Amino acid sequence: MQSKKTSIDVSHIAKLASLPLTKEEEELFSKQLSSTLSYVQQLGEVDTKNVEPTAQVTGLMNVFREDSIVPGLSQEEALKNAPGQHNGFFKVDSIF
Amino acid sequence: MTIKDAIHALQTKKFSSKELVQGCLDQIQKYDNHLHAFLTVDDKNALSGAENADSLLHQGIKKPLLGIPIALKDLFSTNQLRTTAGSKIIDNYIPPFDASVVTKLKDAGAIVIGKTNEDAWGHGSSGENTDYEPTRNPYDTTRVPGGSSSGAAVAVAAGMSLAGTGTDTGSSVRLPAAFCNLVGIKPTYGRVSRYGILSMASSFDTIGHMTKTVYDNALLSEVTAGFDTKDATTVDVPVPSYTQALGNKVRGIRIGIPKEYFEAQGMQKEIQETIQAAMKDFESLGIQFKEISLPHTSYAMACYYILVPSEVSSNLARYDGVRFGHSRNQFGAEAKRRIMLGTHALSAGYYDAFYKKAAQVRTCIKNDFEEAFKQVDVMMMPSSPTIPFKIGEKTSDPLSMYLSDIFLCPVNIAGIPGLSVPCGFVGTLPVGIQIVGPQFSEEQLYVLADAYEKINTWYTQVPNMKAI
Repeated sequence: MQSKKTSIDVSHIAKLASLPLTKEEEELFSKQLSSTLSYVQQLGEVDTKNVEPTAQVTGLMNVFREDSIVPGLSQEEALKNAPGQHNGFFKVDSIF
Repeated sequence: MTIKDAIHALQTKKFSSKELVQGCLDQIQKYDNHLHAFLTVDDKNALSGAENADSLLHQGIKKPLLGIPIALKDLFSTNQLRTTAGSKIIDNYIPPFDASVVTKLKDAGAIVIGKTNEDAWGHGSSGENTDYEPTRNPYDTTRVPGGSSSGAAVAVAAGMSLAGTGTDTGSSVRLPAAFCNLVGIKPTYGRVSRYGILSMASSFDTIGHMTKTVYDNALLSEVTAGFDTKDATTVDVPVPSYTQALGNKVRGIRIGIPKEYFEAQGMQKEIQETIQAAMKDFESLGIQFKEISLPHTSYAMACYYILVPSEVSSNLARYDGVRFGHSRNQFGAEAKRRIMLGTHALSAGYYDAFYKKAAQVRTCIKNDFEEAFKQVDVMMMPSSPTIPFKIGEKTSDPLSMYLSDIFLCPVNIAGIPGLSVPCGFVGTLPVGIQIVGPQFSEEQLYVLADAYEKINTWYTQVPNMKAI
């Protein structure tokens, strides 16, 4: 079942995912994710020439609704769980 | 106690809803510091809800679940009641609204007794990936109850609630149902609204529940199923009266036995024997069995563990500690692993080899089922290749944990319904059998399971609570 070893650049991926990891986590995940990635390599054996990918299983498409105004959360309700607020807005860390 | 019996007792005034709810709260008080089924118990509102239900019952008002206590997996948003997803990152989150399913259950008269423990975000098969205390199986407290809807299953098995809701993305209702001697439904994709349920993998997620009996399970499905304008993936197909269909004739139904499932590695001999005994009982009902083939079965787990983490990485991107909750370093280990795996599969240079390839294999697996359903009406297979495993047995090896869902995940890949039903015991440990049908065939699954339950009342074998 386990074929060739696959590696994953854990620190690069963690950066893409905006996920702070400790050194210990990086080492552990590198080992564990490589083993999972080796396992999934077997998909390469399946002949998928001319096979369409599936993302929607019941075949629904183009689901529309009227663009009408319906009641939503009040500003107070929407902000209630926010750890940082300023003048009725969400407060975020600066990104520049 | 079953919901059916409780409804009868409430209507004939054998006991009140308040007594029923108090009985559940007493069980929680007595056993939950060891079993860890609940993350939040809403005793005050549950008791006042029960008083209100008693007054409606007194007025002769009829609602399908009036006065019945239920437990909700902590992925279900509940208005003004803490909702954690089993994760520490949102341990302080108080939703300002109810999920559509919660609204439907409340409108049907059900009483929410509390929010149940789970593998955080639904990521797991044992309940051990919770960021809180792992839930224990009341049939043997050294073993897992199955996950991810671990607490909801234990709440029902241990008499703390009459029903437990769950989500099923790969196994999360059916595996805990099998491990805790319960009936668990994973409905067709789009059968039940997901509005207000914290998303895991959006092209797989379904909303189900666990109960002691098939009747109880069918009754809840009648309440929860149906089109919802707030969830564009719900399908506008009429919801049959599942409970009225119970008792319909089963003679002549053709059941397929997928040979690949019975050749799977790691299937325990005792499971094989228990399943074979159950099949004999089905045969006695006039069912015909036919061997069928699902040729891409061995690729299902690999397909699942590309597509699901990809969708997970996207869905969990919204937990940034800005609008609610804490910062992203608070994610538990399994959530971190899945975010990383998914981000990797979707990243530049890897997308075609991983995500697109897996989405194509998904088509092959779905086609396998569609082809097989041209020859048979439903299929049957074990719910799990093993009995409930020991706590800690698989935690250091995530891949071995993933493989405990080998009989359940393919059903989510194809978007079809699956029902896990108790079919016996190995020693004191429950075993489940899964019945699978084409999309929107829930009624057929319930009819068959009910016919079997009538000759085998496994659900009456409750855990020995004295040993806990």
